[in-house]
Amino acid sequence: MSNDGSVAPETPGATDTPIQIHDLYKSFGDLEVLKGIDLHIERGDVVCIIGPSGSGKSTLLRCVNHLEVPTSGRVIVDGFDLTDPDCDVDKVRRGIGMVFQLFNLFPQLTVLGNVTIAQRRVLKRRKAEAREIGIQALERVGLAEKADEYPINLSGGQQQRVAIARSLAMNPDMMLFDEVTSALDPELVGEVLGVMRSLAEEGMTMLVVTHEMGFARNVADRVIFMDDGQIVEEGPPEQVIVDPQHERTQQFLNMVLEDY
Amino acid sequence: MVRDQLPSDKNTLIKEGTKTERGTAVSKRQRAKLVRIGVYVATVLVLVFVGLTVDWQSIQESFFNPEIFREQFPDIVTQAARNTLIFTFFGFTGGLAVGLVIAVMRISSIRAYRWFAAPYIELLRGLPALLTILIIGFGVPIATGTQLPGRYTTGSLALALVASAYIAENIRAGIEAVPRGQMEAARSLGMTYTRAMISIVIPQAFRIIIPPLTNELVLLLKDTSLISVLGVTEATREITRFARDGVIDSANATPFIAAGVVYLAITIPLTRAAALIERRARQAR
Ligand SMILES: Nc1ncnc2c1ncn2[C@@H]1O[C@H](COP(=O)(O)OP(=O)(O)OP(=O)(O)O)[C@@H](O)[C@H]1O
Ligand SMILES: [Mg+2]
Repeated sequence: MSNDGSVAPETPGATDTPIQIHDLYKSFGDLEVLKGIDLHIERGDVVCIIGPSGSGKSTLLRCVNHLEVPTSGRVIVDGFDLTDPDCDVDKVRRGIGMVFQLFNLFPQLTVLGNVTIAQRRVLKRRKAEAREIGIQALERVGLAEKADEYPINLSGGQQQRVAIARSLAMNPDMMLFDEVTSALDPELVGEVLGVMRSLAEEGMTMLVVTHEMGFARNVADRVIFMDDGQIVEEGPPEQVIVDPQHERTQQFLNMVLEDY
Repeated sequence: MVRDQLPSDKNTLIKEGTKTERGTAVSKRQRAKLVRIGVYVATVLVLVFVGLTVDWQSIQESFFNPEIFREQFPDIVTQAARNTLIFTFFGFTGGLAVGLVIAVMRISSIRAYRWFAAPYIELLRGLPALLTILIIGFGVPIATGTQLPGRYTTGSLALALVASAYIAENIRAGIEAVPRGQMEAARSLGMTYTRAMISIVIPQAFRIIIPPLTNELVLLLKDTSLISVLGVTEATREITRFARDGVIDSANATPFIAAGVVYLAITIPLTRAAALIERRARQAR
């Protein structure tokens, strides 16, 4: 997926482990939310994070692109140590796509504007080039014909696919997804998961916080169960989801899978 | 009256609660009606008293003298209104520029910026505009021994300072009304804080605050009348000063009325436009 114009990941020693997290702690005031997380993600891996509300899943994800600043520990992305004060975080973030629960599209811009503004302002691509790459990204999510619409005129599912395209247009090395289908009407969940599945098949490195057990089971290479700021259990989906070893994992899955 | 019935007829009261309530309502309405009639009567009496005691002839001559009214034109438009609009323009654009900087400093994560911006806003909002204008117009030249160049500079600068504090607070409120997710989405695309502010957050903030900003514009336009205390020359007279000079010249108050007409001719369309924009914005949401 190296489109022309892609930023070469300026990795000091290209790494096969684009996300490395060592002994990560994060507190908000007195509230300790992450309590010593260790996590390595290999290139091309799809890793799903599951766990109860408040267990720190979003916080962990947001530490990966430094939207939250870790209290201690190390977060190394694409070979850059984000916890190093000298690290150019803005530059590293260009290589990390992030998709949010509430889409966070830019309402004052058209769909095309959404998928080109960062290319233009951050990567300094020319207008025609940004447009071309933007349209390609929209084609990947099946929304090229909506390029001139404003986000407010799209369905939730379409907005979320535009949000994915917005990240893809930056040619990221990896993508972070934080419960991207939780705000959608049930009939719109499938189209977004479909796009994510095709990204996974194309070899994108993905870290996905989700409550969609079907997706985790079918698409993930690895599933991580988090509870109370710690990784309780991790492994292939057949193990963690189908045959969980820990009692807390079992309890959580019983609760979640009741709905099926 | 209703309450008197309560003990005597408790059962009916409970069963026919609605009826009793309606009874209360009617008596309330009746009382309101009586009050309203009283107000009408009092108003008419006052009007009759005023009408009989005031010398209408003299009022008409001193406020609504058609000849003097006509004499105000065209200068009250070509000179006075023009100057008012020039002061308003420079005051507002200056206030917008400074206000934007102050607003961004006010919410900055850098403490020194906040420590500058917060007292700046408090100070200028806490002082009467007239005092600020006097300080800039007289205090600064006395202290520095120099006069600012340009006919409009001092007045515009003073107005810009006054406006900047109010505009800064408007802009800050607008920025804070933009959902946090917008900044986070922009940052996660690799934008710097400054870039995200300029390209994503501030444009949305301005759309939110167009109505209050228009309001500030009208307030500023009216505050240009305070500039007259700076001892302006004939060439820079704005509407209020122009009218005052006219009143002194003609020993007649009609120029004030002419000034009022000219002000309203500018401010009413502005506030109407603001209301329209606000309604549009609300529908769009
Ligand atoms: N900015 C913040 N300030 C203070 N507390 C926070 C902040 N962000 C998160 N928290 C707290 O940290 C804890 C973990 O939050 P987090 O959002 O990571 O949980 P989560 O696993 O993503 O939950 P959910 O499934 O509900 O999204 C929660 O108790 C939350 O209230
Ligand atoms: Mg969350």
